Amino acid sequence: MNEKTKTPKKPKTPRTPMPEQPPFVRARNFLEVTLGYAAEQAALEASRCLQCKTPLCRKGCPVEIDIPGFIARLRAGDRDGAYAVLRQTNSLPAVCGRVCPQEVQCEGSCILGKKGEPVAIGRLERYVADSFAAENGCMQLTGQATCSLPREIRVACIGSGPSSLTVAGYLSALGVKVTVFEALHELGGVLIYGIPEFRLPKDVVRREVDAMRALGVEFKTNWVGGRTILVRELLDQGFDAVFIGVGAGLPRFMDIPGESLIGVYSANEYLTRVNLGRAYAFPEYDTPVTRGRHVAVFGGGNVAMDAARTALRLGAESVHIVYRRTKGEMPARREELEHALEEGVKLEILANPLRYNGDENRRLVSVTLERQKLGEPDASGRRSPAPTGETFDLPIDTAIIAIGTRPNPILLESTPELKLSKRGYIEVDPETGETSIPGVYAGGDIVTGAATVISAMGAGRRAARSIAGKFIGEDAVR
Amino acid sequence: MPYRIVKRKDLIPGQTVLMVVDAPMIAEKARPGNFVILRVNDHGERIPLTIADRDPAAGTITIVFLVVGKSTALLATLQEGEDILDVCGPLGRPTHIEKRKAVICVGGGTGIAAMHHIAKGHHEAGNRVVAVIGARNKDLLLFCDELGSFCPEVLVATDDGSRGHKGFVTEVLRKRLEEDKDIEEVVAIGPVPMMEAVAKVTKPFGVKTTVSLNSIMVDGIGMCGACRCTVDGHVRFACVDGPEFDGHAVDFQELRMRLGQFRCEEKQSFDQFKARS
Repeated sequence: MNEKTKTPKKPKTPRTPMPEQPPFVRARNFLEVTLGYAAEQAALEASRCLQCKTPLCRKGCPVEIDIPGFIARLRAGDRDGAYAVLRQTNSLPAVCGRVCPQEVQCEGSCILGKKGEPVAIGRLERYVADSFAAENGCMQLTGQATCSLPREIRVACIGSGPSSLTVAGYLSALGVKVTVFEALHELGGVLIYGIPEFRLPKDVVRREVDAMRALGVEFKTNWVGGRTILVRELLDQGFDAVFIGVGAGLPRFMDIPGESLIGVYSANEYLTRVNLGRAYAFPEYDTPVTRGRHVAVFGGGNVAMDAARTALRLGAESVHIVYRRTKGEMPARREELEHALEEGVKLEILANPLRYNGDENRRLVSVTLERQKLGEPDASGRRSPAPTGETFDLPIDTAIIAIGTRPNPILLESTPELKLSKRGYIEVDPETGETSIPGVYAGGDIVTGAATVISAMGAGRRAARSIAGKFIGEDAVR
Repeated sequence: MPYRIVKRKDLIPGQTVLMVVDAPMIAEKARPGNFVILRVNDHGERIPLTIADRDPAAGTITIVFLVVGKSTALLATLQEGEDILDVCGPLGRPTHIEKRKAVICVGGGTGIAAMHHIAKGHHEAGNRVVAVIGARNKDLLLFCDELGSFCPEVLVATDDGSRGHKGFVTEVLRKRLEEDKDIEEVVAIGPVPMMEAVAKVTKPFGVKTTVSLNSIMVDGIGMCGACRCTVDGHVRFACVDGPEFDGHAVDFQELRMRLGQFRCEEKQSFDQFKARS
């Protein structure tokens, strides 16, 4: 191809890089990896936006943030206005700016991405949320109650993860009295127990929760939906609607020999010990975790990346991510994979564990892996791995299994009227999020199986809109 | 919501403590076999404790614990009128109680307290309950009076013979199984070797045997899988599938190993705590 005949139409300004802790420094601490844009960097990046008439980015966003709108205000120097736009549809902008897979959502749809690099929408969202909170402290703009409602409307949310927080944020801004019941002792669900501090500081989550408290949302910890309180009891107590956002649950194991050896963890256990229990600060905090020297993580999603990078930070000499396909098929967010590799995590691709081997004390000493090759594409469109028969041992003292979860049975068993899907998750009306029990809604991982923070938020928003439409009126829906 | 300690008693000084805790929602819902997860302070770990009794009218639950490490030692420092930071529950599947002619409930050490609640459940279902309890000596026996208030018989075994049979609960149990053909179920709660021994004794009699597993737990609500155990060759989670399982199907050796997985860390934590206090 003759390069000279083509008019180069690359955007003049390159995508503004994100300031980060250097890999060799951050691989040994739990501080946030990415540091966030300064005002000048945010202004420069915002100036790259083309302000499309029909913005594709917005269609790519599960909660339909008015992306050109908030960027336009940022460009005009109206940071507070930009924050107000974000909050119109997103109750957790500081969280989303950090953990959304932007490359397959807003940024993946950005027109600039066709020829060059897309606008760094996630980084701008984070900048707006963080800088607003830094200046306004607890008095974050929490939206306006549109009017006093004709009667008190009460909604209960079970679980305090991203889907429930979205419901709470959306409805409380309309004047609905929302009560959130959380089973653990800390609020935020997966944002607290799952996603590590270095990727999503717990203070950021606390800040978002505090903003909702300021809106009148009531939070109750140590309340287990299905044990301490039942769904039908909430309806009997006069809650107009109940939203179930209890997340996924039971970690999956592979049912291969040696999975109960000491040193074999589910990613949920490993991350919960470190994140919720602050095991990285043991013995200052009481929850222990094994500080493995040679660690293997099984799986290729974000949870696997989080576990591997956590193991490094706990002092591991080697950390391998073992994945049965190749790097290209890994479902993890690109940035997480790149960060992990920069920090020194190694990949052992096209490998699948056959058994874990232990010593006489039932402590893990190695894993036997089988080499895989890629076959034909499967239902997900990814080429599926096939065993080759070639096996080898990887010496490890810690194994972390991050291959997904199954539905948590606690709430489902105590609510037998709930209709479940074939896979055992709650079945909902895709338009409204309503379950088979009238007035009871559900969203997030307990409906879809393990997915992303933002898709749970999208489900929360859908349910909140239909609750608002049903109990307040169609005018309230936005 | 504060979880206030309304009563505190040293059952065995310096070793075993009973607390009656204000927790109305849990007291209302708790059934025999349920447990709670609690946390003493904001640096504390989540620890599971079986509910030994409940009083829904007063809105309280009773917990009994052995001081074995930092977390239980810390809990033991709390006095009447003080609060436990977090109490979450009731967790686990309640005991499956069927109409039986007679049931033997075996308790060892601190497990006697947990067994008490289950024995009470069987009694309330109209089952004749024979309690068999054991400890090293008579001063270490718990809940004798409470059990005596509804069990027609409380059989005792002590290692030193200071009360009842000199020897193990399993010997008392075997003798009773040989003599009493009405026994349709045996429930055992106590140290792992005791539960394992009970299951071994009951096996030839073909009597259904239920054991309550005290696995290590983190969340206690089915998220982490730390409490997994092998029952009948399958991985089960003690927090949501249990904590009670068929004693003839549990892999006790694995349970023992898994219970010891943090021994070094537990010792480090406890030593540091003792040095400070």
